[in-house]
Amino acid sequence: MKVSKVAFIVVFALVLQTTLIPYLVGSGVPLDLVLVAIVYLAMTTSPVTALLSGAAGGVIQDTLSGGIIGVSGIAKTIVGFSVALVGTQIIVVRSFPRFVIFFGATLLHASVFLGLYSMLVAPIPNSSVSSVFGEALGNGLVGAVLFELLRALPRLRWRGMSGSRIKPRLEW
Amino acid sequence: MLSPEAVFDIRRRTGFILLAVLTAQIVLISAQVRFDSGVPVIESVTFGFFSGIQRLTFGFVDGVGNMWARYSSLQSVAEENTLLRQQVANLQVQLQNERARAHRSESLQQLLNFRKALPWSTVAAEVIAVDATPWFRTVTIARGARDGLQTDLAVLAPAGVVGRVVGPLGANAAKVQLLVDRNAAIGAMLERSRSTGIVTGHVGDLPLRFDYISNLADVQVGDRVVTSGSEGIYPKGYLIGVVESVQMGRGLYQDSGLYQDIGVRPVVDFGALEDVLVITERRPTDLPSGGTQ
Repeated sequence: MKVSKVAFIVVFALVLQTTLIPYLVGSGVPLDLVLVAIVYLAMTTSPVTALLSGAAGGVIQDTLSGGIIGVSGIAKTIVGFSVALVGTQIIVVRSFPRFVIFFGATLLHASVFLGLYSMLVAPIPNSSVSSVFGEALGNGLVGAVLFELLRALPRLRWRGMSGSRIKPRLEW
Repeated sequence: MLSPEAVFDIRRRTGFILLAVLTAQIVLISAQVRFDSGVPVIESVTFGFFSGIQRLTFGFVDGVGNMWARYSSLQSVAEENTLLRQQVANLQVQLQNERARAHRSESLQQLLNFRKALPWSTVAAEVIAVDATPWFRTVTIARGARDGLQTDLAVLAPAGVVGRVVGPLGANAAKVQLLVDRNAAIGAMLERSRSTGIVTGHVGDLPLRFDYISNLADVQVGDRVVTSGSEGIYPKGYLIGVVESVQMGRGLYQDSGLYQDIGVRPVVDFGALEDVLVITERRPTDLPSGGTQ
């Protein structure tokens, strides 16, 4: 996948996250579309692409949100790299496994994000276990649906699967 | 196929990029966050990191400096040590010389006192050589014919009888046959019981034997054996040695069974002879009092 397309996906997710989502479904909706985009890139591209896009998306998100710049970036870097690592071993072809991947990635992201805030003795954003699981559920659903939608666009999908994609060892 | 090990291998591109990205973000975070004390994390971490490096560098430089200083000190200490060792060696030699001189002085003083007590004319002589073979026990003294020495002159030491002058004589040196020579013989008697016999040199633990003392004679361990003057060389009454072993003759082998077997320990330390007195009179008279020296 070209850098421009990756950048487009990340920026598009950021725009949606900061503009359309609050407008469409309210500001209290626990969704992180940037994270969904990063996980999608991790599952369809290489680990390097995933971690770089995670870092970029996270840092921009931090900048826009007013928090400590870099916390979300580290969290998304780790998530992107981890999911890509999983993607090098397993190819996920069904919706439910995809949902599980998004769900787990959200939990990992929340753990790293909240853990870093705790370590830095900075004010922890309003969060609870339920909100974390709610976000994981939402991200999982959005991610799974996103994949189904992209399946309907085979051209785009196959382009996304090309390039430096590593051949997985197992299909799930 | 990329294995997990390969992915995490920092030497490869992926691992390096991951590390770089994470490090950059950590630095970014550190620049924003402050500790409770108000010190920015990045400053604190940077300061801590570089102060650690500075401490290590200082420790290394200081250690090398100390090591060099110690090495330099060691060099001077080594030189000083060599000098001191030489001084100690010189002082030890000097001390030995002083001791030897003191001992010699004491020995000469004893000899002088002994000479003054003797009623005969004597010549003091230094022992300059020793013939320490088991069969011939002789010493060479630094007096000879030029000093009036002749053969068969008695040689004494402050402790007791040493031997006699034997020929041939040199102009400035003479040979003295010691009492412990196996060919030496001297007329002797027991100081306590006045029994007379002949003391001869002997090879063994006790270098003198007292022969021809009757089984009937009263001899005890510790009795002093003195010269009897019967052979016409030694003045009478001078100490030869002390009886150390006594056995009755039993007539075995060459023993007639008539005489006791007596071992005598000489009073003169023949191994440490330094100065002796030679009585220059051919046949000195006995001690005026008839006692012993």
